[in-house]
Amino acid sequence: MALEEKDVRYVAALAHLELGADEVKTFLPQLDSILEYIQKLNELDTTQVEPMAQVTYPSRENPALRSDQPRRTFGQDESLANAPEGAAGCFKVPQVIERE
Amino acid sequence: MELTQLTIDAIREGLAARKFSAEELVRAHQGEIERKDKDVRAYLSLSPERALEQARKVDRQIAAGEKLGPLAGVPVAIKDVLLTKGLATTCASKILKGYVPPYDATTVARLESAGACVLGKTNCDEFAMGSSTENSGFFTTHNPHALDRVPGGSSGGSAAAVAANMAVASLGSDTGGSIRQPAALCGVVGMMGTYGRVSRYGLVAFASSLDHVGPFGRSVRDVAQVLQIMAGRDPLDSTSADVPVPDYVAALGGENDLKGVRVGVPKEYFAGLNPEIGANIEKGIDLLVKQGARRVDISLPHTDYAIACYYIICTAEASSNLARYDGVRYGYRAPEYSDLHDMYRKTRDGGFGAEVKRRIMLGTYVLSSGYYDAYYLKAQKVRTLITRDYLEAFEDVDVIVTPTSPIPAFKLGERVDNPLEMYLADIYTVTASLAGIPGISVPCGRTKGDPAKNEPPLPVGMQILASHFDETRLLQVAHAFEKAGRFEAA
Repeated sequence: MALEEKDVRYVAALAHLELGADEVKTFLPQLDSILEYIQKLNELDTTQVEPMAQVTYPSRENPALRSDQPRRTFGQDESLANAPEGAAGCFKVPQVIERE
Repeated sequence: MELTQLTIDAIREGLAARKFSAEELVRAHQGEIERKDKDVRAYLSLSPERALEQARKVDRQIAAGEKLGPLAGVPVAIKDVLLTKGLATTCASKILKGYVPPYDATTVARLESAGACVLGKTNCDEFAMGSSTENSGFFTTHNPHALDRVPGGSSGGSAAAVAANMAVASLGSDTGGSIRQPAALCGVVGMMGTYGRVSRYGLVAFASSLDHVGPFGRSVRDVAQVLQIMAGRDPLDSTSADVPVPDYVAALGGENDLKGVRVGVPKEYFAGLNPEIGANIEKGIDLLVKQGARRVDISLPHTDYAIACYYIICTAEASSNLARYDGVRYGYRAPEYSDLHDMYRKTRDGGFGAEVKRRIMLGTYVLSSGYYDAYYLKAQKVRTLITRDYLEAFEDVDVIVTPTSPIPAFKLGERVDNPLEMYLADIYTVTASLAGIPGISVPCGRTKGDPAKNEPPLPVGMQILASHFDETRLLQVAHAFEKAGRFEAA
């Protein structure tokens, strides 16, 4: 097994996931076997191959561009309607800056 | 007349001839849901008011002699990864429980503008990650053909709803097979258009370079009619294609022979699968040949690398897309925490299920410092090779025919403990997703079943693929195949 428990904990921290000890134990062999499986790609020589990030197709113009006109968007109430905690027209989050 | 077994054409004619009203049609489907869905469990939530209001609007239009929309009165189900204004949308995840979107997905809006009545939201694997609908954060959907088996996934609820006559058509999303595979396992038609053919505005993102929205129906003609409404450029989705939409429905034609159509049969798709499925697909190909198609044996040499390539790319993109669930703007927030980062971690730990966490972990790993080139960049290069296989093949053939799934509907719980084995079941569908070409799954008979093992005959799906933006050809072949016999041989 190439992957170790500390690797699983490190990646969990990067991903902001709090994994319990049980989950770390379950994921370790599962992730390890998946990573071992995907090594299969190394059988292919891709030194001369361009990477493909997105499906592209011929198009009349770049459809990603639009005129820079203001449009109506969601108001404050609609934007805050689904917030788990909101107050005074803001999203409420735990304190991030220490007081003096 | 059985109101829950109608085609879209029959609904249009029936409404025009006043054989039934749109309200009666919606109520008939609500009755069917009431009777069947306690066993099938296709729906996560129902929207009776919204459906009835729309039906009454259609009935008023009929009474006033107004022109009706192409989908007027058609009862539809929407996978719960598509946003519906004012109607809870959860992605079958506890992290979005109670989320009520402030807008409709473009696909939902287009369907309703065409007159369709939204019956409710269907169950799926959490954030569309899975192949059995067992990863739903709420409950499992059962296959209507065999209740102890999975409906496939991730759009299992949408497939099961149509298969059990609890909707005429439905919408799903397909990232690596999530429409085509459940269509095959539930014995219905399911289609994914070319990447960019259908707007994804309002589709909750899983893997953005692979996500599609597409229809389910009980016939190719119904699927073509729903696709017709959804396809086309949407200024709200910068990845939607600015390519004209042909008249798919008109192109289906009547007696449609396949004279001169070259059908590619890739040898890599006929090894290591359930032999009964292989035999059914071979018979399906014979049927196409009988109608004038020419069989061309081909090779797609990089097929064997597709699962590895797909699971690197989709998890990498998912780990990025799902970073937005942080307990701040919407959805679940953990009740207790010590500081901001602890709130993030506890919220995500409590809100996400095991498969979603597994994929976020895998995606984070392959993108992490020191591994990017070895995994993500490598996978993007292999994606080029897989796409090239298809582009070269389509120089010699018009469509490609394969099985949709190597196995029929499996028993609930049978594969949940082995994620890699579950991933390998997507082997025949992920390649088209990576290349961005359109694909459809059409029913192709059933397995024989085995009464001794209490195994019923199970649906088999045949996948048809075409080159970019050649949905017309795809639908023509699928339609001709369907007309040639509804294929009941085993």
